[in-house]
Amino acid sequence: MILSVLSSLVLVSGLMVVRAKNPVHSVLFPILVFCDTSGLLLLLGLDFSAMIFPVVHIGAIAVSFLFVVMMFHIQIAEIHEEVLRYLPVSGIIGLIFWWEMFFILDNETIPLLPTQRNTTSLRYTVYAVKVRSWTNLETLGNLLYTYYFVWFLVPSLILLVAMIGAIVLTMHRTTHGAVKRQDVFRRNAISFRRTIMRRTTDPITR
Amino acid sequence: MMLEHVLVLSAYLFFTDIYGLITSRNMVRALMCLELILNAVNINFVTFYDLFDSRQLEGNIFSIFAIVIVAAEASIGSAIVSLIYRKKKSTCINQSTFLTK
Repeated sequence: MILSVLSSLVLVSGLMVVRAKNPVHSVLFPILVFCDTSGLLLLLGLDFSAMIFPVVHIGAIAVSFLFVVMMFHIQIAEIHEEVLRYLPVSGIIGLIFWWEMFFILDNETIPLLPTQRNTTSLRYTVYAVKVRSWTNLETLGNLLYTYYFVWFLVPSLILLVAMIGAIVLTMHRTTHGAVKRQDVFRRNAISFRRTIMRRTTDPITR
Repeated sequence: MMLEHVLVLSAYLFFTDIYGLITSRNMVRALMCLELILNAVNINFVTFYDLFDSRQLEGNIFSIFAIVIVAAEASIGSAIVSLIYRKKKSTCINQSTFLTK
């Protein structure tokens, strides 16, 4: 029941992102989608991913998009005259994917669909917990930091480049004096003995 | 039962947001639909990782990298959108049709 509640919220919010008149609403509805996605991941039993999704997606990405939306004066009502122009092409692609979905779905789950007559549905194995069960975080860390550590280091470089790139792109060129920069040679010429003085102070009078 | 639900859900999100990305005249809405596309792909990966035996194909690990890419392109995309707005004072996608204007 919780699955259907969360899924229906995701479906409605996903549609409202596209159809919302106000652009601020089209940034707020994905926040709802991310919340429900995190709930779905909890239902699947992945606790770490379900906690990371709100932190990264809502806390970082949606907040930054809210900043962007709030800064701009965006016209509220968009003219929807061109909405149906792309509907044939995207409808055909969607129908092809929907047709491929019927290879997976089965007669047992939805009895009225014209799926294949093979009555064996997908069986997934649930391995019994033998002695010690690993949490989601442990399984991730077991692989990510040992065998695939290069994969771990490269996204950190990607994030570094993204951070520097965002700052470099949006730095105002006109207000050159307002942006504080460091003079490298002056920074290197600072010596410890000239900047820090030692002075004895009387703790009672001072 | 759970598998089909979540797969259909991720497929629906994917195609709704592709549709939103193609037909949106606002840059911010297009970027947000892009985030939702990658989110749908993440749900797909993670569902297959969770419900099948995956000793080699770790979907959960790959979804971490997908989240990293989402964060990186969200920041760069927002920076580019704010630059374009600073230049042209509007966030319409159709506004620049020439290369040097």
